Amino acid sequence: MQTHQYDVVIVGAGGAGMRAALESSTRVRTAVISKLYPTRSHTGAAQGGMCAALANVEEDNWEWHTFDTVKGGDYLVDQDAAEVMAKEAIDAVLDLEKMGLPFNRTPEGKIDQRRFGGHTRNHGEAAVRRSCYAADRTGHMILQTLYQQCVKNEVEFYNEFYVLDLLVDHDLAAGHVPEGEEVNVSGVVAYELATGEIHVFQAKSVVIATGGAGKIFKTTSNAHTLTGDGMALAYRRGIPLEDMEFFQFHPTGLAGLGILLSEAARGEGGILRNADGERFMERYAPTIKDLAPRDIVARSMANEVREGRGAGPNKDYVLLDLTHLEPAHIDAKLPDITEFARTYLGIEPYTEPVPVYPTAHYAMGGIPTNIEGEVLRNSNDVIRGLYAAGEVACVSVHGSNRLGTNSLLDINVFGKRAGISAAHYAVGASFVDLPESPAVDVVAELEQIRVRPDGERVADLRKALQETMDANAQVFRTRESLQQALADIKALHKRFRAVSVQDKSKTFNTDLLEAVELGFLLDIAETVVVGALNRDESRGGHFREDFPKRDDENYMRHTMAYRRPLPAKGGRQWQSGADGDHDGAFAYTEVFDDYQLVLGSKPVTVTRYQPMERKY
Amino acid sequence: MTAVAEAPSKIGEVPSFTVTLRVLRHLPADDGELAERWDEFQVQAHGTDRVLDALHQVKWEQDGSLTFRRSCAHGVCGSDAMRINGRNRLACKTLLKDLDPSKPITVEPIKGLPVIKDLVVDMEPFFASYREIMPFLITTGNEPTRERLQSAEQRERFDDTTKCILCAACTSSCPVFWTDGQYFGPAAIVNAHRFIFDSRDEGGAQRLEILNDKEGVWRCRTTFNCTEACPRGIQVTKAIQEVKRAMITRAF
Repeated sequence: MQTHQYDVVIVGAGGAGMRAALESSTRVRTAVISKLYPTRSHTGAAQGGMCAALANVEEDNWEWHTFDTVKGGDYLVDQDAAEVMAKEAIDAVLDLEKMGLPFNRTPEGKIDQRRFGGHTRNHGEAAVRRSCYAADRTGHMILQTLYQQCVKNEVEFYNEFYVLDLLVDHDLAAGHVPEGEEVNVSGVVAYELATGEIHVFQAKSVVIATGGAGKIFKTTSNAHTLTGDGMALAYRRGIPLEDMEFFQFHPTGLAGLGILLSEAARGEGGILRNADGERFMERYAPTIKDLAPRDIVARSMANEVREGRGAGPNKDYVLLDLTHLEPAHIDAKLPDITEFARTYLGIEPYTEPVPVYPTAHYAMGGIPTNIEGEVLRNSNDVIRGLYAAGEVACVSVHGSNRLGTNSLLDINVFGKRAGISAAHYAVGASFVDLPESPAVDVVAELEQIRVRPDGERVADLRKALQETMDANAQVFRTRESLQQALADIKALHKRFRAVSVQDKSKTFNTDLLEAVELGFLLDIAETVVVGALNRDESRGGHFREDFPKRDDENYMRHTMAYRRPLPAKGGRQWQSGADGDHDGAFAYTEVFDDYQLVLGSKPVTVTRYQPMERKY
Repeated sequence: MTAVAEAPSKIGEVPSFTVTLRVLRHLPADDGELAERWDEFQVQAHGTDRVLDALHQVKWEQDGSLTFRRSCAHGVCGSDAMRINGRNRLACKTLLKDLDPSKPITVEPIKGLPVIKDLVVDMEPFFASYREIMPFLITTGNEPTRERLQSAEQRERFDDTTKCILCAACTSSCPVFWTDGQYFGPAAIVNAHRFIFDSRDEGGAQRLEILNDKEGVWRCRTTFNCTEACPRGIQVTKAIQEVKRAMITRAF
């Protein structure tokens, strides 16, 4: 075992992690720990762009962007955070340009901008050109540019290191810590993939930037490695997860494969059609049609298929039609996604429409933070020294549905903020003592899995989880479907205790790490399903067929999911008024074998915009 | 092993076929040495399956110790470059049906970098060359308040080389790189090109000086392996030639 000491440790080297590192590493001694080489991170798969009201091509301002973000999120957005993001978007884009990002240009040589779903002029009048982009590989350019800057600044990386545990001085999942009491982070435990060696990192500040958890679903645009690691590590230590029931299904995944085709395809004029060739979005969103927010488009597509108007031999997808666009225009603006259609489906988008269907894409929820990136352990108290940014976090700028391009914006604005906050905190703080034998428990669990001679196969359990999530917790949900998913997850938790791997070596044992990741996925899935089960309303990405209307009176609050000990194991019976606002519509507890999942809520910050009916 | 395409039993069903994978394994032995051997696996595949799907099927259903890197699974993260039927490709962008599945498909690690286990190689030497060419925008003078201006034509000048995903398919296909691993390699030069021809950058002369080294661009023998190997379709050899030309003419 090796021990390291850094002022700031950043977990994850995607957009948010590297943006944080660029701020932190120039101020204090910083390490970035990543389970992948930084340039493999999934930020690189983002395509369409990053919105900012630069007004380079038409009139625009940050207030319109804020409004669109709030309305797009179906009013569950914290409006102070959305305002920060929309204001700082402009500098975030300019920062990237100055770092060398090769944006597409206007004839005057300025950064070009294009239309994107839900981004409008003057509070919904018409689509506005707000997305700054580099063809359909904007995420790739952001990831490369941030990595280039990290090389320039000699940022210290620990590549292919898996973080197994988050170290805090009070384990909130083990017992009650009263509101207001100080809780501090002290570091992380990591596993070096190449050698199997354990490394303990002691740090004054830790920034979690591990991205999303799309692999809880079968059909997803997410990478194999997006297994919710950071969220699960926090949850296991009793840190709440916020709004986990809100998962975005991107309308245009390649049918059957889930590979993402950017909304930019529609921003550039692409049209969705059903089997009859009808432009069906005219019926669902008469004003902005195909450029309605993703939740609305995804549901409309699923509805077309359900009602028998799907295309293809099994009528199980709809068509993305680009055939009316000039091939030269497609090549200039959408080269990668058209290549995906050719490579994977053998479809020529110049002349044939592309089969598409919604694909699990983005977790709106995550680890709750304030606008400085500090992690909250309930509605009010922060954990000192702990920060989170990007998809793993919930600020909440996305509410119940994220607008396209706002994720690349989120990682840049809040990655930067978290990096600065973490460094500032580290300057004034001292190291918190590590727990005695900080790695013993996680190493024991890991060894159990590694040496267990025979047992359940990781791939079988993962497949069963993904199938139940696709069948029961996807675009359309009901109480019954969610109860089925929950029962399946509980059964899988039991089977997971007998999981074993075939690779017994200590060298680059990805078999073992897939088992660890499966454990994370099960934890995340339970928070998604329990949150969805309790939310008897439909809002943004969460649609309950048995409760198809939004219910502001009971549910205009953020869900908080807390892992707590069972009463028999020193926990307590939860009651109204306990920490986390465990009351009203959120007085819900779900008992698992070794712990209970206690829901609570957190108020939504409303500043300028009162909730209105959401029409496009 | 021959592939048998089953007739679709109902409309819309994708025909499935059996393929044989021959994988060059490198398994760490107790003494720390790697034991090399060829393993054969048979997998059931569908029309849209890629080599990565076949490898996953082996790992998840037959032999969990088979080790390879992967992440995005659609050709943008650059994790899974490997030698497939003797050519460098991304496993996630290579469809089995395009490989003549009637013959065994051979899979080996990319060449010229030290193998860690099975298909996983040590990428550090590759990234070290990348870092040496100063792969970041270099400017002098005061920063503008707004963006730096760049015409669409100036942007187009280096568009091709911005597509690089650092997968090492090009560098590890280069016979010069195979000889001793000292040559910078195509990927590093591609990334130098990306900045040398960026109108905003002022570090071109420094980068050309670095690549004028005896292990620099002049070791390129123009075999075009790199261009063929690039999964992003970058004209790698052309980019290297442009850097050579810039070195002579000092015009870029």
